[in-house]
Amino acid sequence: MSDIRDNRFYSEEHEWALPTEGQIIRIGITDYAQCQLGDIVFVELPEVGSSVTAGDSVGSIESVKTVSELYTPVSGTVVRVNDKLIDAPEAVNSDPYEDGWMLEVEVDGSVEEEIGKLLTPDRYRTVTD
Amino acid sequence: MKPEKALIFELTQPGRVAYSVPDCDVPEVDPASVIPHGMLRAKPAELPEVYEVDVIRHYTELSRRNFGIDNGFYPLGSCTMKYNPKINEDVARFPGFAKIHPYQPEESIQGALELLFTLQNDLAALTGMDQVTLQPAAGAHGEWTGLMLIRAYHESRGEKRTKVIVPDSSHGTNPASATVAGFETITIPSNDLGLVDLEELRAAVGSDTAALMLTNPNTLGLFERQIEDVAKIIHDAGGLLYYDGANSNAIMGITRPGDMGFDVVHLNLHKTMSTPHGGGGPGAGPVGVKSRLVPFLPKPVVGRTDDGVYYWDTDRPQSIGRVKAYYGNFGILVRAYTYIRTYGPEGLRRVSENAVLNANYMMHRLAPYFEVPYPGVCKHEFVLSGKRLKAFGVRTLDVAKRLLDFGYHPPTVYFPLNVEECIMIEPTETESKETLDAFIDTMIQIAQEAETDPQLVINAPYTTVVKRLDEATAARKPVLNCSC
Repeated sequence: MSDIRDNRFYSEEHEWALPTEGQIIRIGITDYAQCQLGDIVFVELPEVGSSVTAGDSVGSIESVKTVSELYTPVSGTVVRVNDKLIDAPEAVNSDPYEDGWMLEVEVDGSVEEEIGKLLTPDRYRTVTD
Repeated sequence: MKPEKALIFELTQPGRVAYSVPDCDVPEVDPASVIPHGMLRAKPAELPEVYEVDVIRHYTELSRRNFGIDNGFYPLGSCTMKYNPKINEDVARFPGFAKIHPYQPEESIQGALELLFTLQNDLAALTGMDQVTLQPAAGAHGEWTGLMLIRAYHESRGEKRTKVIVPDSSHGTNPASATVAGFETITIPSNDLGLVDLEELRAAVGSDTAALMLTNPNTLGLFERQIEDVAKIIHDAGGLLYYDGANSNAIMGITRPGDMGFDVVHLNLHKTMSTPHGGGGPGAGPVGVKSRLVPFLPKPVVGRTDDGVYYWDTDRPQSIGRVKAYYGNFGILVRAYTYIRTYGPEGLRRVSENAVLNANYMMHRLAPYFEVPYPGVCKHEFVLSGKRLKAFGVRTLDVAKRLLDFGYHPPTVYFPLNVEECIMIEPTETESKETLDAFIDTMIQIAQEAETDPQLVINAPYTTVVKRLDEATAARKPVLNCSC
């Protein structure tokens, strides 16, 4: 059974989103996703300052099995990326919800509106069953 | 278990040589007196210093660690690891083929040109295309060449089409080739039957669609039954249909991409036409096209005058240019020609029939032990899911590693991506029923081991030179050279 955190929102593509402060939403991939990918060996993240639209591919995640796109579940401007993943991509496997976070997006509209389009933890559980 | 092996450099004893040459009978010249200082080595090259017998034993020992189709069964899905008949090698070594030079005058290599001309025509006939180039050196090179032809075609009509559509079961090389050729890739999901979803396809096409890339049968080993509808959707949108020929071993002499509506085709001669494969390459990926794309083919192509003289046809003003030095991997083309001539049209049809029969036999015998995500009749290959074994802590990777202990090359695993814990098996037509049964019995034994003694499978292999390689560390922190 994969770990699905109750304080987060989810996309069909297995990203999680967590509002942190103000207009900022932190994004990563779920425990289910890292388990499917296997050992992750390289993470490519977007440039800080780039503007992104929900559903866009903003980076890629390479594992020993495959290369997978990283999609942003929300729209806005990338304000921070987790540079530690460049040297330590294994954090995505060991701690996908905390140390393995990937980027932070400052949304243009309201946080509630962006989050409202995503799946609740219960809905996401039905996706991964 | 074989012992660790030293590198050839570690066998060095200063002063030892593997050659002897006669005494020099001309005056010696100091290189420093004739070669500019800056171009001379500061110190001697670090070459291994060993006897000839050391060289022979070292490399013979290494070669015995290889696994190839001449060693045993190699059911690597999507790769068509069929036996390579040795007559191919005999013919490729004929002096008239092996000892000619690409810059020789045309009149002195008429036989070689005739072979190329005939092969172009044979492959065109086999695929239902109007003209073929033999230049591309491999499958992905063929894909790129085909996409450049598609690009040139659209541009010649003043159209800017930037998108290439691929299904989610496509070969990884498809989106990669499209990207290298300057296109954007759109991936569409397969339907519940594992086939192209026509609604998704209709939603994805538009005035910017350059092409759809498809294998048929697809990577799940399923025939795309709606291929004519697929072709109509793409053609109505003004796009072209690209056939990835990786799975041609299922259809030879039975149906043709050209008849299904495809406009461009590549064939992997190292798969379908029994030329050497993998590290034993090189490969060849000829590309066939329908008449409207012929003006753009790489030049030269081999032509024949009305008098029966063969020549390099370079007068092709709309050509995308040369895609390979000289004219492709000629020795491989000779092998493929030999294979086609050995079998003939009826023989090639039987090749495909037996490849499909073997795959279906294996799938049905393995079905009770592994899940078959897309049941029914498969073509030349099929996929299983190792999902059931996860309950015992055993994953598909573990099954693949355990197979090594029984002397098999494992099947393709974790591909295609849309099947969980995927195992993809392609037996080919060249294996006997005894070989198929022995492999099936081994798979069944491993499935039973997974239930009764999962650690046995999880810790495999036991009989190989090295155990499990740490693939993650190798990829995260690669050591790319040795300090010897």
